[in-house]
Amino acid sequence: MSERLKKYLDLFFVFFKIGAFTFGGGWAMISIIEKEVVDKKRWVEKEEFIDAIAVSQSLPGILAVNISIYTGHKLYKLPGAVVATLGTILPSFIMILAIALFFTSIYDKPDVVAVFRGIRPAVVALILIPVFSTAKAAKINITNVWIPIAGALLIWLLGVSPVYIILGAAAFGIFRKLFR
Amino acid sequence: MIYLQLFWVYFKIGLFGFGGGYAMLSLIQHEVVDKHAWLTDTQFTDIVAISQMTPGPVGINSATYIGYVASGNVWGSALATFSVCLPSFILMLLVSHLLMKYKQNRWVEAVFSALRPAIVGLIAAAALTLMNNQNFPDYKSIIICVGAFVIVKYFKVHPILMIIMAGVIGFFFLHPKNDPTVPLVNDKDINIENYTTLLEPIRDGIIGFDAFFN
Repeated sequence: MSERLKKYLDLFFVFFKIGAFTFGGGWAMISIIEKEVVDKKRWVEKEEFIDAIAVSQSLPGILAVNISIYTGHKLYKLPGAVVATLGTILPSFIMILAIALFFTSIYDKPDVVAVFRGIRPAVVALILIPVFSTAKAAKINITNVWIPIAGALLIWLLGVSPVYIILGAAAFGIFRKLFR
Repeated sequence: MIYLQLFWVYFKIGLFGFGGGYAMLSLIQHEVVDKHAWLTDTQFTDIVAISQMTPGPVGINSATYIGYVASGNVWGSALATFSVCLPSFILMLLVSHLLMKYKQNRWVEAVFSALRPAIVGLIAAAALTLMNNQNFPDYKSIIICVGAFVIVKYFKVHPILMIIMAGVIGFFFLHPKNDPTVPLVNDKDINIENYTTLLEPIRDGIIGFDAFFN
């Protein structure tokens, strides 16, 4: 097997694993992507990983797909982006197709419900963990800790769209630079 | 011309679906239920429930499912899934290219120095939003959450292994047959209204955008 094919396969399987075990959408994925792509494979630095999340979240589209495109592109340009994205979406694609073809209701089976009663609270923990690990890489200190707190509260309590939080933070960054 | 419609609808969802995941739902609902009537409201609620119980992004799950239902075959699935990713490809490749080129620029740095802390807040908000009665019906689920947090963060257990363990614990300790008082499927959980507020302005924008082209 050529070196090149090996690299693509490696990239594919990492993102396939990420796609196959992410319940609860993009944010739950962050922990797993961080573990695989930042800690284990060291394809992306932690600080760069936050930038990738920022870009992925600022642009339209599916967060997990956007992050796959970013990482794949960073490693091996366009083919890398395609391979990583295929890895992320194939598990859902296969699973949902199977459900659409063979059974229409799995979610009211007691055994399935039981498994998900365990998984759901665990997913919340999985989303909480990167809050702490990214806080360090985002260089949060006493002078800027109000940014994440205000952002989180605005979204959580007032239902402000994350898009506006990102736009506001970007504008603040420029403003701070202008008047410093 | 169902394929052309599927392509256009999912391209639009991919292009205007800011905020990802559940924030996209109201947009998807508007297109596939209200406008094209590919699915009924009940079917749509079903696909949201199925998405929560299968891995992967909800945007991909809905594209795959609705592509199949609307066209009656696998090609519709593949086309809708491809179309929802296409705008991401175009935009992400463009932006990550520019970002790499202008990474050292002081204005780009200024923006990201404020963006990074905000992203931490965004992740926190995602976790806070999920801390509801649905995910935490009783004390057992709180124990699972705290336990999961500790073993992954401090004992470096792989998140995937932790998810599998949580599922096994759920199967043995939280089985509905043990506590028949809790309803099997909680309707509140799959109520689309919960997700619509975030994207209201964008959805209205799209309705206007559609009116302009039709």
